[in-house]
Amino acid sequence: MSITLTDVAKDYSSSVKIGPVTTEIQSGGVTALVGPNGAGKSTILTMIGRLLDIDTGEITVAGHDVVNTPSKTIAKILSVLRQENHFVTRLTVRQLVGFGRFPHSKGRLTIGDEKYISEAIDFLNLTDLEDRYLDQLSGGQRQRAYVAMVLAQNTDYVLLDEPLNNLDMQHAVQMMKQLRRAADELGRTVVIVLHDINFAAHYSDKILAMKDGQVIEHGTPREIMRDDVLTSIFNTDIQVIEGPNGPLAVYY
Amino acid sequence: MFKPREGAVKRRRTAAAPDADPSPAAERPRRSGPITGPKHMRRYVITMSALVITALGLTFGIMTWDNPAETGSRPWWLIVDMRRDSLITIGVVALCHAVSTVAFQTAVNNRILTPGIMGFGSLYTAIQTTAVFLLGAGGATALVGVGPFLLQMLAMMVLATLLYTWLLSGRFSNIHIMLLVGVVIGGVLGSLSNFMQRILTPSEFDVLTARLFGNISNARADYLPYAIPMVIAAVALIWLRANTLNTIALGRTTAQNLGLNYKRELIIVMALVSLLVAVATALVGPMMFLGFLAATLAYQFGDTYSHRMLFPMAVLFAYTILAASYFILRHIWDAGGAVTVIVELIGGLVFLIVLMRKGRL
Repeated sequence: MSITLTDVAKDYSSSVKIGPVTTEIQSGGVTALVGPNGAGKSTILTMIGRLLDIDTGEITVAGHDVVNTPSKTIAKILSVLRQENHFVTRLTVRQLVGFGRFPHSKGRLTIGDEKYISEAIDFLNLTDLEDRYLDQLSGGQRQRAYVAMVLAQNTDYVLLDEPLNNLDMQHAVQMMKQLRRAADELGRTVVIVLHDINFAAHYSDKILAMKDGQVIEHGTPREIMRDDVLTSIFNTDIQVIEGPNGPLAVYY
Repeated sequence: MFKPREGAVKRRRTAAAPDADPSPAAERPRRSGPITGPKHMRRYVITMSALVITALGLTFGIMTWDNPAETGSRPWWLIVDMRRDSLITIGVVALCHAVSTVAFQTAVNNRILTPGIMGFGSLYTAIQTTAVFLLGAGGATALVGVGPFLLQMLAMMVLATLLYTWLLSGRFSNIHIMLLVGVVIGGVLGSLSNFMQRILTPSEFDVLTARLFGNISNARADYLPYAIPMVIAAVALIWLRANTLNTIALGRTTAQNLGLNYKRELIIVMALVSLLVAVATALVGPMMFLGFLAATLAYQFGDTYSHRMLFPMAVLFAYTILAASYFILRHIWDAGGAVTVIVELIGGLVFLIVLMRKGRL
């Protein structure tokens, strides 16, 4: 039970090529994808989430080939959230989270579905906001609502593309804590694209570092958080110091 | 259809009474659904009732207003029968435009674009013109009846589905480019039709105009027997996919995440939309903004994601608008032929106003 990638590649053009990537993301815990811009983190994540076609290679999630397995089967195993979410319909938080049950309910919500929806909303501390419309929320609250939707989908694997984008410090920390809890308490496998290496080091169990379309490092935060490793990943001089809660990368 | 929902709202209302004491939110029944609360429900029901009453009133008015014959006599009934055909046409056209526009806007995830703006009507005109151009007047006049009508609809469905799924399949991620390509396609097809029409002999052109420029007072009532079953079938198929459409409205990636085969759904919706537009165009000629007007009003007053609630409201708005213009123009100003023109004028103005106020596509 894991996510495996075998020689996965995506050609955007003759000069821009992601992969071939061969790696395995283990079940359980939080895995962070880090790397400089254009390294292919989001590409890999969206290909695992079958939102982007794979040019060559094979991806399996819990033994299911993501290309050949019917999309509705995958939707019960894996959920994926992109960075930008804009809906033409006006939805309340609860209505949005309710859509997360679509793979199971096909649009007819049962009492059981309502329970999952309430749990997801409570889990992300949106209980008091559940009847508010999304356009009445702040960016951080809206981001939480989207995450609640993919949690309500109740899949073993949750993929998130830069969920901390545009969040301030408080909301970013809150979001990471909630994702950590989703992994620990709900037993979800969370795969997440992150920009801030310190967030990745503190909240994830495994870090998968990409550069120029290749996976160059894959290990525990302790293994990655070293001066030479980080410097080569990010093309920037990075010094790792011991902080109060673990290693900290200093790059400014 | 609203009964169970009303029940749900009532339960909620009674249970919401102890909400006055500061008990936590978990006490009140928490449910999801297209209706957010009693206030929303009331607004939906009131709007629908008002629309139904207005629509019935207009229907009755058009049937009986200013009938010169003695009420209840044979000539009186003859006139009523003639008017009934116009009313059925109005109903079918309203149904086609409202349902196709709402479904199309959901599929393209944009509430400004309509099938008309994207050139569906021009495509139909081009198909018709090409048929007359290639077959000549003799051949074209032979092309009446169920078979040829179905064939035309099939051609329209295949061509429109190919063209628009190609256009909307994400190749043009930018909505502006997509709109531009759609408008240009419409323009090119329009010019092509125009060009062929100029080469036609007068008799061929005559056959073609008779086909293309229907209007409500002089609708192609002979099409109705085939058109109605096709429209009902297409609308029923769209209605059955309402839950899928609700999800498609969340956009491509979210819909795919939720397990929809997005491409297949897009093709199905485009095929059904093109059929509805083709039927409406065959009956009364191309209309660009009726669907837009009806859909915009339905989004405004319905304010829900549920297509099962949006479709009936949009259809009623379309029927009311079309029937009201027909009633005023035909019976009061005696300009029945101008109905579509006037509706388009009003619809176009509303389109501009919405676009200006929204400030973006």
